[in-house]
Parts: sequence; structure tokens; C-alpha cells
Amino acid sequence: MKTFEYQLAESPEQAAAAAIAADTRFIAGGTNLLDLMKLQVETPARLVDVSRLDLTGIEEREDGGLTIGAMVPNSDLAADPRVIARYPVLSRALLAGATGQLRNKASTGGNLLQRTRCYYFYDIATPCNKRDPGSGCSAIGGVNRILAVLGTSDQCIATHPSDMAVAMRALDATIVTVKTDGTRNRIAIGDFHRLPGDTPHIDTVLEQGELITHVELPAPPPGRQTYRKVRDRASYAFALVSVAGIVDVQDGRIASAALAFGGLAHKPWRDAAVEAALIGQEPTASVFNAAADALVADARGFGHNDFKIPLARRTLAATLHELTGVE
Amino acid sequence: MRFNINGQVHELDVDIRTSLLDLCREHLSLTGSKKGCDHGQCGACTMLINGRRVNSCLSLAVMHQDDEITTIEGLGNPEALHPIQEAFLHHDGYQCGYCTSGQICSAVGMLDEVAKGWPSHASADLESVTLDHAEISERMSGNLCRCAAYPNIVDAITEVAGRDARADAEVAA
Repeated sequence: MKTFEYQLAESPEQAAAAAIAADTRFIAGGTNLLDLMKLQVETPARLVDVSRLDLTGIEEREDGGLTIGAMVPNSDLAADPRVIARYPVLSRALLAGATGQLRNKASTGGNLLQRTRCYYFYDIATPCNKRDPGSGCSAIGGVNRILAVLGTSDQCIATHPSDMAVAMRALDATIVTVKTDGTRNRIAIGDFHRLPGDTPHIDTVLEQGELITHVELPAPPPGRQTYRKVRDRASYAFALVSVAGIVDVQDGRIASAALAFGGLAHKPWRDAAVEAALIGQEPTASVFNAAADALVADARGFGHNDFKIPLARRTLAATLHELTGVE
Repeated sequence: MRFNINGQVHELDVDIRTSLLDLCREHLSLTGSKKGCDHGQCGACTMLINGRRVNSCLSLAVMHQDDEITTIEGLGNPEALHPIQEAFLHHDGYQCGYCTSGQICSAVGMLDEVAKGWPSHASADLESVTLDHAEISERMSGNLCRCAAYPNIVDAITEVAGRDARADAEVAA
């Protein structure tokens, strides 16, 4: 690990101002950043410790939603009785990720900012456009079993590893930040993570020094919620494919549907065409098939990960069967 | 820097990069916690910070100066074993022993999480937890055992959890 200067933040505004230089990183739980620093994938000159900031509360909102402090640990968020009762998809997603030890330390803000687990991003001996812009992509034509099939570019096929963020995408969360000049910013989660394009080294729309302070959840949507994760091991593995689903059936027809996907893309994936194929329809296997067609219409495999395309179809169908009760 | 480990205060300056694990092992002679992967994947370094189990290898010591840290040495000793330590002995919950201190610290933290009613991925009902074999396996998945002593580890934890549950029932009665 390269050495660094360490500074304990006193307030969100002070933390943001202290992180204005490009070689500065915030540290909260540290479960991803320290891992990357040990491997010298990340080599910050300065760490601003935001773990002691007073951002550990979960508060009720007037609209019936919740405001979650960025420092709320993943364990506490998953076990919060209000989250369990009103946002079970979020509890389920959090509990499907990592381990008890990691969830105890990992923060809500940090979970959103996790870096990809692409093997080549972690291996500093290989080219990687995300780690070292312009060096090339080793995963295209390399070992790419865990990588993306949607929204890829010829520069990068990395996936976003978070389960939590997939549930938040289905729940239409808003991310609240403070910038280096002290101004507040609100970002819809759909706009927060980027596709790789020709700048795959930039994961999110955050500016340098912009600090996540809260995540807002709107009032829970009607309908049933679930999180289905398919992975290589029963526990402690990243998703090959995951689906956060919220579906409401009224009078025999699908009244509303929110479906977000993990393991498929550089960001939590949500496609209006998938939901449009469902809304207003009777829940039947052929309707679910049409939604699956919409999901993978533009999917592209890279060899080892070709299996993710049929797997995504089947996982979506299974999720819809579960949520609608259709056999 | 100032640290509170197993109820003892230590004042020493270490390199800013020092993990909590290296602080204990290399600077304070608390070598019960083990370094397996050093990347949060194996759980051999598990300690309790303010009663919560964490990977000490992924914790910077400098960030934990105000916390109460408990290592395996703080849980029990050969003359006064922690109930989990005793149960691991009784059930032979190890072979080489390298992962054992991490397993025991993790089990202590895990049983506290269950007592607080925290659900897991294995919980059919998020609001009501019954600590069966599947629950223990899921909740302990952050602790690897290359000797695969898992059946006996689960038995040891089951015994202590059952004892706690009976004690709770007696208190309630």
C-alpha cells in the first residue's frame, strides 16, 4: 500500500471541501477501498475519514418514505423494522450481499460507490481501461464469465457489483450529496451510475469531492417485492444475474411493475420496455416471455458470459411468476 | 494514537497504513487473530468492534481509536473459557486451528445479531428468525475453514445458541 495523509472529517461540508484534490478519497467502512489500496489499484495521496460523521440515522419522510444516512451500515439498514416492513426488496438485496462481517462495516454511501470486481481491474499487471484509461480492455477476448452483456462498450464490459443499488434502482431512490463549495445536489439513482462508453474509468456522475450524505426512498410502491439472486455459491458471491422486482396485480392485470437487474451491466439496469411489456397485461407465461425478449433485445455476450443472456430471461420469468403467483 | 483493546488502553504510534489486525499482531503481541487472505475474504482476522464482528484486516487502526476492540484474547483464556470456546473444544470444531479464533469471534458477534432479531439471507420470514443449520451456515459464510470442520463448527454454535434460547425461555417464564 502506498502511504497517504489521513484527515478525520468534522462535517459533511468540511469533508467535501477537504477532498477537492483529485488524489483524495473518502473512506467510510473501507471494505472495498482498503482492499484496492493493498493491491495498488487505488493509490490516493489523502484519505478523508467520513466514518464518524453524524449520518447514521434512518428518518421518516413526510411523503411516507425514508431518508437513510450515508453512514448507516448495510447490516443496520437490512435489519431496520421499517425497511423490512415497507421495503423488503431492499432488506433482501442487502442480505444477499457479502458477509456478516462486511455488512457490519460497509456503509450505504460506500455500497453505491463500490468498484467493479472484474478480474483485470484488480490485476495491475494487465491492461484495463477502467483502472488505467487508454491501456485497453483485457476482458474483451479474455476471461469474462462474470462480466456485462448489456450497455457495454468496446472499451469496457465491467459490471457494477452492488445488490443494494439494484433494489434502490427499483425503488426509485434519490441520492443526496454535498459538493466542495457546500451546495447540495440531488441525483436520481438512474442517473447516478454511468455506462462505460469511452470513459469507463468514471463510475458515477459525482464530481471530485462530492460527498453522498443521504439516500431518499419515496413511499413504498404498491405490490409485492422480491430480490432474486443467482450466483455460483449459495452465499458470499457476487451476482451472475439478480432481479429486484416490485409488481402490483389489480383485477387480474399488472397495474405497475418496477424491475431492476444486477450482474448484467456497468450500472444497476432498468429498461422501461421491460415494464411496458407487462403493465396492463394479464400475468401469463407469454407476457413474461415478451418482457424477457425486451430485456435481452440488445444483449451481447463475449464468449464466457453468453450464458447470462438466457439466464437473465429465466431469472426474470421466475421472479415474475413469484410476484404474480402465476404457476 | 490511543487504542482500547480487551479493556486495556495502549498508546503507541504506528504507520498510518497499519490495519487493526497488524496493530494487534505485530505491535501488541496479540497473535490470536490470524491473517489469512488480508482481503476480507476468509474471516480469520475477525474481531469485535464495539461488539460488532468485522474483518480487522480491512480496518485501519487509526480509524478505530475511540472504539472498544475485543480480540480472541479478550473473550476468554484457558482458565476461563468463553462458552463458544468451550463448545468448539467439546465438538472438535477445528482441525489445524488457523481459522478458529476468527470463527469464535464471528460466532459471538453472530449470536448477538440473532438476539437483536436481525434476519439473514436464509430467513424465510424477515421478521422472525429461528436459528437452524441453514441460518448458521449462511450467517457464518464469511469464515472459511480449509480443513472443512464446518459440521462441528455448526454443532458447537448450535449448542451455545440452544443454551441461550433455553435461558431466555426461563427468564421469560
